Amino acid sequence: MADLSALPGGKSPWQSAARFGLYTLLLIFAAYYILPLIVVLSTSLKDLDEIRNGTLLSLPSEINFDAWGYAWNEACIGVSCTGLKPYFWNSVAMTIPAVLISTLLGALTGYSLTKFKFKGANLIFAMILFGCFIPFQVVLLPMAQSLGYLRIANTVPGLVLVHIVYGLPFTVLFFRNYYVNIPDDLIKAATIDGAGFFMIFWRIMLPLSPPIIVVTIIWQFTQIWNDFLFGASFTTGGGQPVTVALNNLVNTTTGVKRYNVDMAAALITAAPTLVVYVLAGRYFVRGLTAGSVKG
Amino acid sequence: MMSLMTQKTIPAKQPLSDWFRRNVAKLVVAPTFGLIIFFVYGFIAWTGYVSFTKSKMLPTYSFEGFYQYIRLWKMTPWNVAMENLLVFGSLFILIAIVLGCLLAIALDQKVRAEGVLRTVYLYPMAISFIITGTAWKWILNPGLGIQSLMQSWGWESFAFDWLINSEMAVYTLVIAAVWQSSGFVMALFLAALRGVDSEIIKAAYLDGASLSRIYLVIILPTLRPVFLSCFFILTHMAVKSFDLVVALTGGGPGYSTIMPANFMYEMTFRRNQIGLGAASAMMMLATVMAIVIPYLYSELREKKNG
Repeated sequence: MADLSALPGGKSPWQSAARFGLYTLLLIFAAYYILPLIVVLSTSLKDLDEIRNGTLLSLPSEINFDAWGYAWNEACIGVSCTGLKPYFWNSVAMTIPAVLISTLLGALTGYSLTKFKFKGANLIFAMILFGCFIPFQVVLLPMAQSLGYLRIANTVPGLVLVHIVYGLPFTVLFFRNYYVNIPDDLIKAATIDGAGFFMIFWRIMLPLSPPIIVVTIIWQFTQIWNDFLFGASFTTGGGQPVTVALNNLVNTTTGVKRYNVDMAAALITAAPTLVVYVLAGRYFVRGLTAGSVKG
Repeated sequence: MMSLMTQKTIPAKQPLSDWFRRNVAKLVVAPTFGLIIFFVYGFIAWTGYVSFTKSKMLPTYSFEGFYQYIRLWKMTPWNVAMENLLVFGSLFILIAIVLGCLLAIALDQKVRAEGVLRTVYLYPMAISFIITGTAWKWILNPGLGIQSLMQSWGWESFAFDWLINSEMAVYTLVIAAVWQSSGFVMALFLAALRGVDSEIIKAAYLDGASLSRIYLVIILPTLRPVFLSCFFILTHMAVKSFDLVVALTGGGPGYSTIMPANFMYEMTFRRNQIGLGAASAMMMLATVMAIVIPYLYSELREKKNG
């Protein structure tokens, strides 16, 4: 945008100085964001002696993945010493169905609310959208009771239900705002040709949807994987997702404090969303801006 | 399964499938809408009702008026939590917006390696607050963290013990939360800056306006909607902050860094005071609504005018 170097005036020494200041500023902040990751990574590769005798920024003398193995297989979380492994798989088993189902329901609902508008469709959308704004504390207590009543308290299916329900307002918002910009003429033409509701969805809408599907899946994946509140409120012991287990691992006070294991565990927990971010950062940013409720 | 259903609707002509075809959109919306009505509106109503009872470990349903709310506002921890929210929230929002905006403007000057820098600024947004808290707890711990690093570099008297100082611990939350969220603010501002008409800027530049003046007088005022969005999103994050406190300070030292969400959790799940927990949850909802409703109102009005 502000490409002022192309403007007349030339490069004065004053301009080069400003340029230098600009890069200094950008690099200082790059350090602020990246150093914690480097510190965590290097701590996870050191042994305990090295941590005690070295400093935060000293690099490990040799690369040593012991802490990672320990965090995955052996570390104690509360009283059970199983490592993060079972909790990590809990999170996987919770995230995948919750993401897929909430995305599919969001797509169908967004499609119905825009392309088959019926009386009250806008009101229904507004009422669903309200769910994006609530602090989840107002639903924790009845949810805990309902999960108990349905006999899925402290189970992965219980968490799947919770994440589907409270992810829906966002997935509906994403798809609704995307579909609203697809010309209605497409639908009219298909209807005249005799295509029904699901045929149009399947043959016309879905082939147009890959960008918004990716955005929604990434958004839901990060939200659900990173959730702590629901996990901490509705599960105990072996049913916990990995974020809750990580927090318990770090705060387990028995025995020697193994900082390298804590850091390795934090990285294991962060890995899935970081990988998604690196692979699909562009869509991640789009989801964030769409999720910021402009529409 | 979908094609099967379509096929069923195509032969039609019978009254039932006709009815189905006319109402299929409503039928598809119904499950989602039903879930939202029950799990959002129904649950809020239930929590609201329980907040007016003397429920302890199990819900009771005899109406007791504002008993829990009066009790709530008399409790020191709740007042500390609201105070913390105010201090943490205002600093977090202010710093994140200023920093995010500044970084966006800096990145918008045709810098080299912009893509890499953007990725670095934004990645913390992809990870959980629990991880952010764990990492910063390690960095800020006085024994082996920044404090000992500075001392080992020869600055013997350097002290940075905010994490264990009940006066200062709330500011460590600000450091970590800004680290996590300012990249996101940057991304929103950068997207908006890319949409500013460059002709106007060139014209102003040729008229002799300085770069800083162009930004302050011409560009930033056009970004008002972005400021509002950021303000709104960050406020929302601040009110909901729970996991960062759990992971970074555990609410301590003492209860000096608890937030309303932590108070609610503690009362509801640990102390068997669900009436009080419900009342605090309703106060949080009221806080969020006090910000959301004017925001949505202004958004809708702007759309009508524009």
